[in-house]
Amino acid sequence: MRRWLGPALVAPAFAYIALLVGLPVVLSLYLSVSDARVGSDTTRFVGLANFAGALQTPSFRGALIHSFLFTVISQALVIAGATLLALSLKEAFRGRGLVRLLVLLPWVAPISLGALGWKWLLDSLYSVVNWMLAAAGLVDPMNPPMWLGEPRLAMLSVILVHTWRTLPFATVILLAGLTSIPRDIPEAAAVDGGGFWRTHFTITLPMIRPIVLVALLFGVVFTFTDMTAVYILTRGGPADATQVLPSLAFFTGILGGDLSGGAAISLFLFPMLLLGAIVLLRIARRSEVT
Amino acid sequence: MAIVATRALTKRFGAGENAVDGVDIESRDGEFLVLLGPSGSGKTTVLRMIAGLEDPTSGEVWIGGRMVNAMTPRERGIAMVFQSYALYPHLTVYDNIAFPLKAQGVPRSEHEAKIGWAAEKFGIVRLLERKPRELSGGERQRVALARALVREPQVFLLDEPLSNLDAKLRASAREELQKFQKELGTTAVYVTHDQVEAMALGDRVVIMDHGRVRQVGTPAEVYDDPADTFVATFLGSPPMNLLERDGILLGFRPEHVRAGSAAEGAVGFRFRCELTEYLGSEQLAYGTLQDAAWAGREVVWRFPSWDPAPAEGSVQDVYVERARLRYFDSSTGLRRPAP
Repeated sequence: MRRWLGPALVAPAFAYIALLVGLPVVLSLYLSVSDARVGSDTTRFVGLANFAGALQTPSFRGALIHSFLFTVISQALVIAGATLLALSLKEAFRGRGLVRLLVLLPWVAPISLGALGWKWLLDSLYSVVNWMLAAAGLVDPMNPPMWLGEPRLAMLSVILVHTWRTLPFATVILLAGLTSIPRDIPEAAAVDGGGFWRTHFTITLPMIRPIVLVALLFGVVFTFTDMTAVYILTRGGPADATQVLPSLAFFTGILGGDLSGGAAISLFLFPMLLLGAIVLLRIARRSEVT
Repeated sequence: MAIVATRALTKRFGAGENAVDGVDIESRDGEFLVLLGPSGSGKTTVLRMIAGLEDPTSGEVWIGGRMVNAMTPRERGIAMVFQSYALYPHLTVYDNIAFPLKAQGVPRSEHEAKIGWAAEKFGIVRLLERKPRELSGGERQRVALARALVREPQVFLLDEPLSNLDAKLRASAREELQKFQKELGTTAVYVTHDQVEAMALGDRVVIMDHGRVRQVGTPAEVYDDPADTFVATFLGSPPMNLLERDGILLGFRPEHVRAGSAAEGAVGFRFRCELTEYLGSEQLAYGTLQDAAWAGREVVWRFPSWDPAPAEGSVQDVYVERARLRYFDSSTGLRRPAP
């Protein structure tokens, strides 16, 4: 009885991971080295031809660059913003509960709803953002910026929306990290004469570095593999200017019917992300403090 | 060196009663002043208000002749040792001790000499490259003291710095602490709930209860001449015997009970022994009085372990010298003259 209880209790988790994570990974690994297409019932093994083919296309190379820009810029903004937010939300002030709730909202609200809201905010004709900027005299009301229609602005928009979306989770993780620091430590720093910046840069933030790294790792992996903001706001446009690898894989494999090509694109970064995850987790473990 | 003083210092958390209620204390220059009280007496809150870690609800804090209420902790010229030591866990011992120097803008060229001096004083030179988690409790405590000492503060504030040490280490750390404080001559305010520590360390002891100061005095004064029944029973283990009759409480210490019949200048009792405890260096006898006037009152008697102990259930004559008797008003608990 006892011998079976443990495995039995762990079994659902195993089954869940095997079915929902393991199986699709294996399937896409298989697809990426085959010539499978929607509608054809015979597949052949083609080796790394799909990867080589993808590298030849300009849209793939563009998407690769966009993926890096998208991830690096948004996660840099997220870590900086989340640190500031967590530091301010840790302090007691009137209405802190409400502010915490508001900060969490983008995370708990369905992303489709949030992104549709942004789509409207940034709309070419009805943009509230432009309306306000025009009212403030910052943009020409006759010729306002096309937030989702000009390549650079569109990239900026998807990056900012994704930042807005992933900021709350990072904030919560960092807030938990800051809360775990015993109250005595910042107090000792205050008595020792440390001001706000010195205390945070030499004491508080180094102490939560492992947690920051975990948040960063999570954000980077999530961002490299997520296409929601791009899909809803721009569909990768204008003219592939905001195309990232996950959205390109989706358009190629699912909408374009090229299953093997899509699988190759989506798996392209897998080895690198795996390596990155291992490295970051090692650093986090080494810098762990008791 | 500086005098620390509080004037009508009061702290209220939320809507409840005052955690600190109109506390007036004033240290002397270079004094080792101990705040002693049970948990919840407000002693740590007083210390935190002196440090500037807690804002007073009302009242004033003075350090070195300046009213410091509006000053941040860093401007007050104090150093504090926390109960948990609050060492920075990710920094080496050297960097821990260097932090206050950097924060105060002490030129980098002077760091090494100052840190060496502080480390030397507390015998932690060989630990400088270690991280706090690689140190024992006693070593951490020394690092915390060195970190407090290194910037030569006007005032040391210590919040139960010995309570995390085991009993044996505590005694030697107590002795060392006293030695350093005397040597440096820096005013120290020390919070503890341990009366032995308070008596051993304090030039004077401030006894607090429920946010108020009950008595301030030298260890001998507060022990021998308690201002009220709280002080009388809080100090001493077992506490002072208090016998009530006609609205007056008669108090005497367990060690002032002597065997034999009362002679001139003493008060005699009939003591029936209920229970004895052998404690190595001393013995305790718990019993009740049999005299008509005091029938049934409980008394503890402390005597050396080499004296014969009374048999449990036996009745014998004991006495207390009149000079040892203390009188309290039984309704207010305050000291009063002999009736």
